[in-house]
Amino acid sequence: MADARFRPGDRVRVMQAYPLGHIRTPYYIRGCTGTVERLCGAFPNPEELAQMRDGLPAQPLYRVRFLQKEVWPDYRGNPADVVEVEIYQHWLEKT
Amino acid sequence: MSEQGKYRPLTYFQLMEVTLRELLVEKGIVTEEQIQAEIDEMRARTPERGARVVARAWVDPEFRKRLLANGSKACEELGLEIPALKLVVVENTPQVHNAIVCTLCSCYPRVLLGIPPDWYKSRNYRSRMVREPRVVLEEFGLKIPENVQIRVHDSTADMRYMVLPLRPAGTDGWPEERLAALVNRDSMIGVAVPKSPT
Repeated sequence: MADARFRPGDRVRVMQAYPLGHIRTPYYIRGCTGTVERLCGAFPNPEELAQMRDGLPAQPLYRVRFLQKEVWPDYRGNPADVVEVEIYQHWLEKT
Repeated sequence: MSEQGKYRPLTYFQLMEVTLRELLVEKGIVTEEQIQAEIDEMRARTPERGARVVARAWVDPEFRKRLLANGSKACEELGLEIPALKLVVVENTPQVHNAIVCTLCSCYPRVLLGIPPDWYKSRNYRSRMVREPRVVLEEFGLKIPENVQIRVHDSTADMRYMVLPLRPAGTDGWPEERLAALVNRDSMIGVAVPKSPT
């Protein structure tokens, strides 16, 4: 497995990239900045698995917490509301 | 399949399913019996499984801790096999309400909740639950007070989520089975909460 580069509490930005293929990073969260909530473990890269390859080394997978008002500037509701998304390490960069 | 007794040709996807299944059987990769056993197993999984887990967590604080720390491992104690590390249980508190969605497809904790409801797979729910959760929850009849934080969990990858709802007031001393009967599917997805007995 690839080394885990982030820890809970780290601020991270989701890459704003639009590659073709089987991507598990939702469009709406690309380019957003959030906080690592936990490391979920490491799993074969789904983008590689979809191409019938082994997806190794396994990619660390994180749950990243985003403030709704930062994801949707016109969000209405408690400013503390959050959305949490699972994101693979190769989609994250340190802020 | 239509039950109305009227002939309808197979749709594109039905035809693909039949073709693929027959090919797999013909080539000896799986047998008809194995396919049927898998379908039976799928039907045997119902939200009652999840409700048992919730009720145990309500009566046993130590189990609750283990469940929140490692959902899959804690469920094994109840004889429920979940692939390692996969289950994340998120806990509702008086300050936090959790809800589950999969915006990419329809990932769902089938082992504990069975087959997902159609609305869970709808584009409407999937796109709006992350965008305006308070409005969506109100459409389910659930009004979350403004001062309660909402956490929406988008299960985009390998984890599966289940909400541990708050134990309703007025249930002190209830046995597990009676508590489990208060827990429905929607309260474990987070679009409802268990009702206090009246």
